[in-house]
Amino acid sequence: MDAIFAIIAALTVVSAAGAMFLRNLVHCALCLAVTFGGLALLYLKLGAQFVGFAQVLVYVGAVAILILFAILLTRSGQDDGHNLLSNKWWLGAGVAGAVFVTLAMCVQGSFVTGNRIPAAADPSVKAIGTALMSNYVLPLEVIALLLTAALIGAVIIAQKEKETGK
Amino acid sequence: MDSTTFFANLAAPGFDQLFVTLKALLVSAFPEVIQPLVSIVLSISAIIAVFGLLFAITTVVERKGLGRIQNRPGPNRVGLPWFHVGPLSHLNGFGQWLADGIKTLIKEDIVPRSADKVIHFLAPLSLVVPVLLAFSVLPFGRNMTPIELDAGLLFFFAVGAGTELSVFMAGWSSRNKYSLLGAMRALAQMLSYEIPLILSALTAVMLVGTLSLNDIVVAQEAKPGQWLANWHVFTPWGFAGFILFLIAATAESNRSPFDIPEGESEIIAGYYIEYSGFKFAIFFLGEYFGLFAMSGLAITLFLGGWTAPIAFLSFIPSWMWFFGKLFALIALFIWLRGTLPRVRMDQLMNFAWKFMLPLALINLVNVAVWHYTGGGMVSWVVCTLIIGIPYLLLGRTLFAGQKLGPRTYRYAS
Amino acid sequence: MNELNGYLLLSALLFAIGLAGALTRRNAIIVLIGIELMLNAANLNFIAFWRYGPNPEALTGVMFAIFSIAIAAAEAAVGLALIIAIHRHFKTTDVGRVDRMKG
Repeated sequence: MDAIFAIIAALTVVSAAGAMFLRNLVHCALCLAVTFGGLALLYLKLGAQFVGFAQVLVYVGAVAILILFAILLTRSGQDDGHNLLSNKWWLGAGVAGAVFVTLAMCVQGSFVTGNRIPAAADPSVKAIGTALMSNYVLPLEVIALLLTAALIGAVIIAQKEKETGK
Repeated sequence: MDSTTFFANLAAPGFDQLFVTLKALLVSAFPEVIQPLVSIVLSISAIIAVFGLLFAITTVVERKGLGRIQNRPGPNRVGLPWFHVGPLSHLNGFGQWLADGIKTLIKEDIVPRSADKVIHFLAPLSLVVPVLLAFSVLPFGRNMTPIELDAGLLFFFAVGAGTELSVFMAGWSSRNKYSLLGAMRALAQMLSYEIPLILSALTAVMLVGTLSLNDIVVAQEAKPGQWLANWHVFTPWGFAGFILFLIAATAESNRSPFDIPEGESEIIAGYYIEYSGFKFAIFFLGEYFGLFAMSGLAITLFLGGWTAPIAFLSFIPSWMWFFGKLFALIALFIWLRGTLPRVRMDQLMNFAWKFMLPLALINLVNVAVWHYTGGGMVSWVVCTLIIGIPYLLLGRTLFAGQKLGPRTYRYAS
Repeated sequence: MNELNGYLLLSALLFAIGLAGALTRRNAIIVLIGIELMLNAANLNFIAFWRYGPNPEALTGVMFAIFSIAIAAAEAAVGLALIIAIHRHFKTTDVGRVDRMKG
């Protein structure tokens, strides 16, 4: 395990924990943006340049700002008098702990992780573009339809309802 | 490298590779193991030094330029030190950047008592760091891109997205109603204009077929035998794309006429009301650096980067061409700021979503038609019609319902 | 410990943190943040297997990750629109209080 991976992993885990368990909502959202940045660094370390930059562009540049706008529009950061966690929070934490223990046991005991590591592939953007237009053209078109539907749907759901004059 | 190649490179087409050979010389003076580190540190210091100096000069030139446009002299008191050679060489006013710099450094740094201290401190940093990162993929001259990336344009837009978070952090952490309002408006404006920006940049990418900025510049060089370079701005889709890109870049850097978020007569200073002293200077610096980065990208994508317009003129070094074009674009931005009035918020959003977005999408179709019909006379006519007719139609129909009175002009006497 | 092991354990840890937050917090927006974190952990898994698995030239992991990023963005938009609409109606984003079907 080299040191750079350890540093980036520690940063990501700490900011993810902060994103989930801080009291102030805006701090949570900003910690989430740091987590996304840490994950982008991990993708760059693994050699997936395009995915790393797309992660920063989409997640940090759009999703984090969307979450911040929603926090401001619902003014949720201001009613902090109640409990932070719901009733029976220990049940949820227990389930999450069990999930982690199960996954860790699978990873440690698996034979896949002992295989020979192949040479690093260096996908150029041209290769990704060609793959998108030849092998993966159907998912590409479906994603286009999905994004259009999500865009229109989000606008309609969040609109104020027109008074129907009853 | 040895001395013969050094002098050969130095004399190679008129000092073109001067800085490349200087850097290679400096790097080779260090031991092998830390040479990559030294190379990167040299690039970073060169970028910060050059663009810092450019920022200082731009602030003075802008104030004097705006002053002359508004029929007044601009700053003309502070001269440069050690420059009083004769009666006419005082260069008064051109030392204003020194005075401003010293003033902002020694001003008291006031933080509101109820402000969120950590975020208040981090906001200026998270503006300047992504913008400086964006400079690292711009090709400043032949072989002078600090980092050659295969997905350079994507990297540029990704770090540009990082600056939007800093706007929100500044506005929210100040616990000030006007600050928050300015931040929300600035964010809405930046997000709306990011789409025409990226779409108009995509036209150049589609034609050349790569996201690497150096390859886009090399594709715009004049082929041997041609007298005029293949700059993208010399084509109908490139001209439309260039204009769209410039308008979107003006809105992205919150510059007049799109400077509602920082309009001094409207909302005092928008999202950096509560910042004083050095942090305010960092915000100011970050905004101007953003402007330089966007201009640099416009030059790379549409104006041919470091290539000369006429093949005969290529004896002038490539980096001199790049910075000359950068000065011209900065002068254009200053001219726009002095001439056009501020746009209202709803007019701004209408303009982005209903006018620029359809035109940017039609421009994408335009570049495809240009590619598939060759590039001769017929293509010129067809492509100009494809972009010109929707432009006229949209312009007439969208703004038809407004009743405007006759214009009156008043001049200072 | 193998390098692939490290990435898989990190991804499992991020998934567990996201799940814990989504199951225990009261605020609907934090639940959505937890869901985004879980999606990101799965993406990391895809890219790690693409890099350390056989045949990285087929770009399968990279494609999966790109489509997953696009879908997660669309889902975040719709989810936040729903939370805004619920807040407009119930005047709260506390998931414990939004418990009646009758409007």
